[in-house]
Amino acid sequence: MDVLKKVPVREQDPKERATNFEEVCLGYNLQEAMCEASRCITCKNAQCVKGCPVSIDIPGFIAKVKEGNIQEAYQIISQSSALPAVCGRVCPQESQCEGKCIRGFKGEAVSIGKLERFVADWARENGISPKGAEVKKGKKVAVIGSGPAGLTCAGDLAKMGYDVTIFEALHEPGGVLVYGIPEFRLPKKAVVAKEIENVKSLGVTIETNVVVGKSITIDQLIEEEGFDAVFVGSGAGLPKFMGIPGENSNGVFSANEYLTRSNLMKSFDPRSNTPIMHGKKVAVVGGGNVAMDAARTALRLGAEVHIVYRRSEEELPARVEEVHHAKEEGIIFDLLTNPTEILADEKGWVTGLKCVKMELGEPDASGRRRPVVIPDSEFVMELDTVIMSLGTSPNPLISSTTEGLEVNKWKCIVADEATGMTSKEGVYAGGDAVTGAATVILAMGAGKAAAKGIDEYLSNK
Amino acid sequence: MYKIVKAKELTTNIYLMDVEAPRVAKYCEPGQFVIVRMDEEGERIPLTICDYDREKETVTIVFQTVGAGTKMMAELKEGDSFHDFVGPLGCPSELVNETPEALKAKKILFVAGGVGAAPVYPQVKWLHEHGVAADVIVGSKTKDLLILEKEMESVAGNLYVTTDDGSYGRSGMVTQVIKDLVAEGKQYDLCVAIGPMIMMKFVCLLTKELNIPTIVSLNPIMVDGTGMCGACRVTVGSEVKFACVDGPEFDGHKVNFDEAMRRQQMYKTDEGKAILKLEEGDTHHGGCGHCE
Repeated sequence: MDVLKKVPVREQDPKERATNFEEVCLGYNLQEAMCEASRCITCKNAQCVKGCPVSIDIPGFIAKVKEGNIQEAYQIISQSSALPAVCGRVCPQESQCEGKCIRGFKGEAVSIGKLERFVADWARENGISPKGAEVKKGKKVAVIGSGPAGLTCAGDLAKMGYDVTIFEALHEPGGVLVYGIPEFRLPKKAVVAKEIENVKSLGVTIETNVVVGKSITIDQLIEEEGFDAVFVGSGAGLPKFMGIPGENSNGVFSANEYLTRSNLMKSFDPRSNTPIMHGKKVAVVGGGNVAMDAARTALRLGAEVHIVYRRSEEELPARVEEVHHAKEEGIIFDLLTNPTEILADEKGWVTGLKCVKMELGEPDASGRRRPVVIPDSEFVMELDTVIMSLGTSPNPLISSTTEGLEVNKWKCIVADEATGMTSKEGVYAGGDAVTGAATVILAMGAGKAAAKGIDEYLSNK
Repeated sequence: MYKIVKAKELTTNIYLMDVEAPRVAKYCEPGQFVIVRMDEEGERIPLTICDYDREKETVTIVFQTVGAGTKMMAELKEGDSFHDFVGPLGCPSELVNETPEALKAKKILFVAGGVGAAPVYPQVKWLHEHGVAADVIVGSKTKDLLILEKEMESVAGNLYVTTDDGSYGRSGMVTQVIKDLVAEGKQYDLCVAIGPMIMMKFVCLLTKELNIPTIVSLNPIMVDGTGMCGACRVTVGSEVKFACVDGPEFDGHKVNFDEAMRRQQMYKTDEGKAILKLEEGDTHHGGCGHCE
């Protein structure tokens, strides 16, 4: 064993997986996990913990894995994280825990994410759940949204002894974990549903089909239903479009629509009643994780898929692993390319994407080099489907129906980073609803901070 | 689960159901809609709210069987339940925000086509309860397909029924009735037209000529109904709107109907395929020429 290298993780063969929706990464077995865990040098001043938005005791749980005591490892993780099987799969570890790992200076970082995943999967397969609260506080908290922020906040509050009800707008809890992230990256029944069961086993109630802002308002939850505090974790669900000509043609979708059909409504499965467009040649516009998810979904539905992104590979906002997987599977990257118009036939169906070539100029406000159009570089890609994956913004349904809830110019709720406190008394917020579209783990960190903030508020009330 | 307390076939392929949905019944207003799902595997089907009873905590829906989903839904009986029933979605009709005085000063004409009578009914009823008598035109292809006539009669000022084939009431399209009424000297300050997209398009072309501001209610393809997917985008004037959260009611004179009708065709073939699969079950293996 080369101690400088990670124990490789088994994956489905790229050719095979490009045609199915089974999970790509197969994970470690006990032996592999113990072997990988032995690479951890158990730093006293562990940098990895500082890189984790929910501050998991990483050396602590890895030490237990080393011993083969997985049950104990699970209890250590679940003190800090409500969704370890999810985080082990979708966190950008390379820029968080693993990015700070001391091993990484002279070799490869310890595979913290894969170890976390192994521990969580082992606990699930062996029927082990997190421990709930022993003493109830007799106070009610409403959590709006059952995505990563809401589930984490609810789980933490329940562990402290609060009565927590989560209100979910869709018919199934999980938020972006069920509608956004595809099956092949995050299995819904085997992983997400089980983690949600764990949160429920802590005493959390989940009521689906409640659109807060429409079915009921935050003020009504407080005044009519007796909630002592509210956490808003409603995410950033509003899709952006480019505003170029032809965008309403048949065959142009937001990544949200495309992914919701496939992931939530299971339209990738021919038995589903919800249709999805089976394009022959698809362009996904954008370079984030969502773009990779949409592209890899279209690929699995039988299309030739192009990622169209206006900057270069270096600036792709997606996780390195996602880009790597996408390439392995045969996604074609058309970088430094920007769409200017969508072409359609006389019946309004997409026939092509007019693009220009770009080059990188001076860095812009985001610190990334600004793409500039190369003159006379216009060309047309012939295709039948365009998926817009340009990011999302928070849904105004809640902010527009809650008096006294301050939002910024991007319609993000203004909340204190350390406590989640908003401008409205008793109302806390966190996750994408506050930051705009970010990651699962950052939302979980915000949910965790808000649970602490709510506990402080209610303890002094 | 959301229990069906009443289920009735109004006419061929059009069904009415009263469903227990306390949260929806409590705050819904005319003009809004719900999304239902039959079972754990079902698709999300948007339906307009036809009526509601705040005390009994029920919401009345009316639907026509168009796809595989609504076809299966039609099989549901009293005592069965919907797996999911979410709402109220969309914005209430603008009328409910106006003062009774302002409304009484207005002459309002409702134009309902086919199953569009269902979403028109709660608006006319709401006005009736607020002391406003609105004129209503209800059009249907033929006498047998006419729905909610009695209900509409009890809340409308004047009710004009017309059938395309002349089998009942007046004869001809709703647009002809509008022309006739105006020719008879009737004046209207506002028209609310709800029905098939093609009907709304032609009503709007006519009322634009007649200078009657017109509101239409759109029912495009949608998935979540909360602004998340953008499938329901529609061009209104120079802006792109999401019908689920910005609508479903819009200024009919500004709606790009041709685009909206085109977008409704998006999954037509897939829907057709789903129906075939439903009807033919395991015996459906293609080769009929209607599918791949």
